[in-house]
Amino acid sequence: MSGPSTFQPTNPAIKWIERRLPIFGLVHASFVAYPTPRNLNYFWTFGGILSMMLGVQIVTGVILAMHYTPHVDMAFNSVESIVRDVNYGWLLRYLHSNGASMFFIAVYIHMFRGLYYGSYKEPREVLWILGVIIYLLMMATGFMGYVLPWGQMSFWGATVITNLFSAIPYVGDSIVTLLWGGYSVGNPTLNRFFSLHYLLPFVIAGVVVLHVWALHVAGQNNPAGVEPKTDKDTVPFTPYATIKDSFAMVCFMIFFAWFVFYVPNYLGDPDNYIQANPGVTPAHIVPEWYYLPFYAILRSIPSKLGGVIAMFGAIVVLAFLPWLDSARTRSSRYRPLAKQFFWIFVAVCIVLGWLGGKPAEGIYVIAGRVLTACYFAYFLIVLPLLSRIERPKALPNSIADDVLGKGGTSRAMASSLLALVLAGGLIVAGGVHSARAADEHGGATPPSLKWSFAGPFGKFDRAQLQRGYKVYKEVCSTCHSMNLLHYRNLADAGGPGFTPAQALAVASDTTVKDGPNDAGEMFDRPGRLADPFPKPFPNENAGRAANGGAYPPDLSLMAKARNYDRGFPQFIFDFFTQFQEKGPNYIDALLQGYVDPPPADFKLPEGAYYNKYYPDHAIKMPKPISDDQVAYDDGTPTKVENYAKDVATFLMWTAEPHLEARKRMGLQVMIFLVILASLLYFTKKRVWSAVH
Amino acid sequence: MAAVGAAAAVVPLVAQMNPDASTIAAGAPIEVDLTPVAEGQDIKVFWRGKPIYISHRTKKQIEDAQSVNVSSLPDPQPDSARVKEGKDQWLVVIGICTHLGCIPIAHEGAYNGFFCPCHGSVYDTSGRIRSGPAPLNLAVPPYSFVSDTKIKIG
Repeated sequence: MSGPSTFQPTNPAIKWIERRLPIFGLVHASFVAYPTPRNLNYFWTFGGILSMMLGVQIVTGVILAMHYTPHVDMAFNSVESIVRDVNYGWLLRYLHSNGASMFFIAVYIHMFRGLYYGSYKEPREVLWILGVIIYLLMMATGFMGYVLPWGQMSFWGATVITNLFSAIPYVGDSIVTLLWGGYSVGNPTLNRFFSLHYLLPFVIAGVVVLHVWALHVAGQNNPAGVEPKTDKDTVPFTPYATIKDSFAMVCFMIFFAWFVFYVPNYLGDPDNYIQANPGVTPAHIVPEWYYLPFYAILRSIPSKLGGVIAMFGAIVVLAFLPWLDSARTRSSRYRPLAKQFFWIFVAVCIVLGWLGGKPAEGIYVIAGRVLTACYFAYFLIVLPLLSRIERPKALPNSIADDVLGKGGTSRAMASSLLALVLAGGLIVAGGVHSARAADEHGGATPPSLKWSFAGPFGKFDRAQLQRGYKVYKEVCSTCHSMNLLHYRNLADAGGPGFTPAQALAVASDTTVKDGPNDAGEMFDRPGRLADPFPKPFPNENAGRAANGGAYPPDLSLMAKARNYDRGFPQFIFDFFTQFQEKGPNYIDALLQGYVDPPPADFKLPEGAYYNKYYPDHAIKMPKPISDDQVAYDDGTPTKVENYAKDVATFLMWTAEPHLEARKRMGLQVMIFLVILASLLYFTKKRVWSAVH
Repeated sequence: MAAVGAAAAVVPLVAQMNPDASTIAAGAPIEVDLTPVAEGQDIKVFWRGKPIYISHRTKKQIEDAQSVNVSSLPDPQPDSARVKEGKDQWLVVIGICTHLGCIPIAHEGAYNGFFCPCHGSVYDTSGRIRSGPAPLNLAVPPYSFVSDTKIKIG
């Protein structure tokens, strides 16, 4: 993008266009001939990875928007119908929701790389500030996207975050009303968030163009932090950077695919599988993991306004980094003190993230205050001071010297940084996981059972699903609704394996109110495959009245909406073993967890029952099932433990009907990506063999 | 001149974000009958999408609320300023924590008033903040007694 193009087309058509719009020359200059420092390590591939993720998010997002309904009464169910009914809808939704997390993982690595190697220093200040703007836009986009599924965490996250603006003196409340378009978070809020969530990614794309432009003017920084001087210091972008970036992108895709196909809900909050309810606040509100460090800063300041200022200040301070750190030496490799403080700062950010997921009480608050002080001290005290007192090591004369002169130190540093970032991410995830559990005080941890659908090759046991359906139909369905299921689903692939005729027979056993007919009257007709499962109560209040004030919750998503703490370090292993069966474990344990009479020291409230596994133990549901209550045709013993396990399996299927298709496709995708990655790796080695 | 025109054009673009006519209409005052609320009980009604707690306070709760040294409170306000004169038994507050907008639980916390589960703010039987991160007392919505057993909120 700088200087006259050296691009000499020979094709007459390209020549014709080139004379009128020199776009091929631009692309050639920017992505083919562009000189890139020859000592770049793999941290320099995250820019390309981020562009790829932006593309993935825009493509999947535009498609999801074709099926989504931004209305408070329909948003939650429209997301579920995308997952259940739209062809490959489950894939698109999981790509988009996990894609957001991948985007942030990549951006944090990208930012820490810039911090470590001093990529914000002269002449790259504008490049850095554009990056900070992109990061702010990403945070806004991510937040508004999280509101759209309209689950409990969506609603309460939106309430807490919009309320931040009420801290502004005098005009705060008016601003909040303006943001809401009402007197509380409601339909107008959801609509405008949808509109902005669709808009902002394109704004990001625009700023990314500026970011890349600024990059191509100043040139890339590099691990040595010395500018290229001769042609020996650089290699052309294509094929060198192209092939290296491609290899890194495919490796990142493998990581991404692991989440999408095997642990798609690992980073999500189970509460978001419960529809938004303005009358009930979840016991512990946690934002998405990528906001947790800032949430911790917000909460550690005892004043409301002060907390909001500190939170935004923590991001804005990044924009001033080029002037806070005025040291001449760019790379921390040659700055012994700055290097140590950098690693301390990384640790501070990770622990702040972990604290953000913890309840705001006791030691966590104190730790949060100390680390908030450390966070700001790094930017406002340590870096300005270091740039005055630190004596850097001698820099290499040129990039070529750097490549020839040193061994594997930078590579070791690179892999340790990657390992640390990954571990940090998992610790933060663990913070979220244990935070959720912290509110469910009192419930015992359910035993981990063996499930046929667990693991990478998991499949449902058809006979077990059919038995589970029988238990659900004869017992659970007298009080619990199953709003998202239709009779046709019984014959779906990967489900209980009913034939369409059997499913129709089940449906036609019921009567459905339909109409109006030509005479304007409602009439009864037998159920059809397209009909939803019948509701036990006409509305929520009727359900409450019939059940002593407690409304029996809908069971469609129950197996994904319940959770318990697995503790450190178990949750890290869970990521690798693909453990996703907390919900079924909990349901199984709950059904068998009734103790009568309750322990002597427990005061049981009127109309409640004692259950070992229920949070706080007092559950309004009486023991729902006993031995021999439901007849089994296949000889399975009619014991409560079998009923519990069968119905928990059935509920896992109702919550995740395409689980089998997901795991099957996961295997295919993984095999493909691993082969592609190895081909790219060897190609890359050959291409680079001349320079190394 | 062009600047004036541009500024004028911004007005409708921003004003459209404020509550629309139907939202305002739906936020009209509501009347609540108090007869079913026994002493010591409370009900939650929704007005403008906000939960409103109406508590029928017991003698002890009223005494607790009145006997506090007002100047020791984070947001000093006597109980008499938070209820209608002669109607000490009725406390009407907006059930939205003044910290970050969660809904506190009634009859919980150290003062048997309200407790916010999100960040641990504790309110007393007058809805005044006693401990935790919330800066202000629970807000009292505009309301009046239409009769002895009926109030109008809004």
